[in-house]
Amino acid sequence: MAGRPPGVQVQAEAAGLIQRAKLRLLEMHYQSKVGHIGGNLSALDILMSLYHFRLGPDDKFVLAKGHSAGALYVTLWTVGVLSDEDLRHFHGEGTRLSGHPPLQGIPEIIFATGSLGHGLSLAAGLALGKRLRGEGGRVFCLTSDGEWNEGSCWEALIFLAHQKLDNLTFLVDLNGMQGFGSTRQVANLDPLADKFRAFGVKTVEVDGHDVNSICSALESSDGPLAIVADTTKGCGVSFMENQMAWHYLPMSEEQYQQAVREVTECGKLSVTA
Amino acid sequence: MRQAFCNGLVQQALLPEFVFLTGDLGFKVLEPLRDALGPRFINAGVSEQNMVSVSAGLARSGLRPWAYSIAPFLYARPFEQIRNDVCFHNLPVILVGNGGGYGYGVMGSSHHALEDYGCLLTLPHMRAFVPAFDSDVSTMIPALMQCDGPVYLRLGLSEEPKGWPIPEYAPWRRLLRGNGSVLAGVGPLLGGMLPALQQLGEDVRPEVWLVTELPIADVPEEFIASVRRTRRLFVVEEHTAHGGFGQMLAHHLAAAGVSLDSFIHKHALGYVSGLYGSQKFHRAECGLDPASIVAAVSVQ
Repeated sequence: MAGRPPGVQVQAEAAGLIQRAKLRLLEMHYQSKVGHIGGNLSALDILMSLYHFRLGPDDKFVLAKGHSAGALYVTLWTVGVLSDEDLRHFHGEGTRLSGHPPLQGIPEIIFATGSLGHGLSLAAGLALGKRLRGEGGRVFCLTSDGEWNEGSCWEALIFLAHQKLDNLTFLVDLNGMQGFGSTRQVANLDPLADKFRAFGVKTVEVDGHDVNSICSALESSDGPLAIVADTTKGCGVSFMENQMAWHYLPMSEEQYQQAVREVTECGKLSVTA
Repeated sequence: MRQAFCNGLVQQALLPEFVFLTGDLGFKVLEPLRDALGPRFINAGVSEQNMVSVSAGLARSGLRPWAYSIAPFLYARPFEQIRNDVCFHNLPVILVGNGGGYGYGVMGSSHHALEDYGCLLTLPHMRAFVPAFDSDVSTMIPALMQCDGPVYLRLGLSEEPKGWPIPEYAPWRRLLRGNGSVLAGVGPLLGGMLPALQQLGEDVRPEVWLVTELPIADVPEEFIASVRRTRRLFVVEEHTAHGGFGQMLAHHLAAAGVSLDSFIHKHALGYVSGLYGSQKFHRAECGLDPASIVAAVSVQ
């Protein structure tokens, strides 16, 4: 799972991988009867890009938007860290895989997150730690967009810019939806990328469902870097896309079957030609 | 005490894992530490939530972060960061709160720390250290540098009476002998009471025990024996009753089957008159000043 940007020849492989992950994510959420599927579908392409084409042994990752744990678990399953058995017990009694990333038992999960506004500071601490210890590698962090309502995110932004943490890349899953409304309706921060730039942080904007664009942006190691990834909540399932309800709802059998059909039939998923 | 704290840390500056973060405080005190640590001294700005989570990230990287601020800004503002990022993960982050209790005096309620260790000790793995004397700080620092989990260090002003023979450091120390009741207390304020208590006749004078590490553990047999003998216990602390040392000790004694005829707990009461003043003023309003304590223990 390291450092292999997807050229044309691996696009088909990436599409196949992501389709498999998406189907498994749907199955997992259907079996467990849990929500948060919308935000998981918006983040999945980013996580898959990170784990399959960017993260190397010296790199670290923090999932600040802990409510996308399902997408992280499935991604870790695709790289062999979690088993089918693990996923089957997702969200159940006595599971290793709680609704938000767990404290222990999975070394790839460095921090248990779930309360918003912590992850970026944690990642900044890891990046500063690397610098002070003279270690190579890079730290990556995925935040949500609603998460930027939290004041602590801005504290972290000030800190990582001022400390010039050039080994830190953070991404925003900009799906435009949050807990009880669209990000524009609730606490409008548009355009978020310009705000990062105003703090002196190099910022690029990408299509968060285009593996090539994501991977190109992730390759950069020039200064603290923000990647604002334009995404669609519920991406790939027509009746879920941009629907608030899919932040919360579990799927009925009929809905699950339709979602599987759509993802299966969509052969050109996640990769641009 | 801050001077002793700074000096003690300067002596540790060569330790490559040692990182110090401040929430933009330390003027005229921490400059020598800043100079000694160079890039490992980080002014994190006025942003305690970020500072605590960054500290957790540093600790996760194998470093040994100390995070410093005025006590309430350090434990109350970023409580969730302390809970989720430091304590849940059992990371060795040393949180240093300056001005325990009413330490910031007339600066007002925002600057007081009346429920700090009580709140923090509800969290997993957390331990609190409340040095009473400058020499305690010097002893604690090398030990804390090796700690294996989260720590809260509550700093105040040393109130060491001149010429008083301070016993070698221990979490529980007997500072005065007497045949009256038993008096146990936390942190610096006990030091300021010693001269007045010493003046009391031997039959009235309490046996005084100082406690500097919480939650209480390894309660000395001698202390328990004295409590069993006198059956009268006074507890003093510059902290609220809830979650305080008094409650911890009462719980411990009840579990150990030690019965008492009287249990008097003197503790912080907030703002009794609604007026503000020095640390001394607020202590007196709570009955935590030497004269009030002497009067209380003198009642047979």
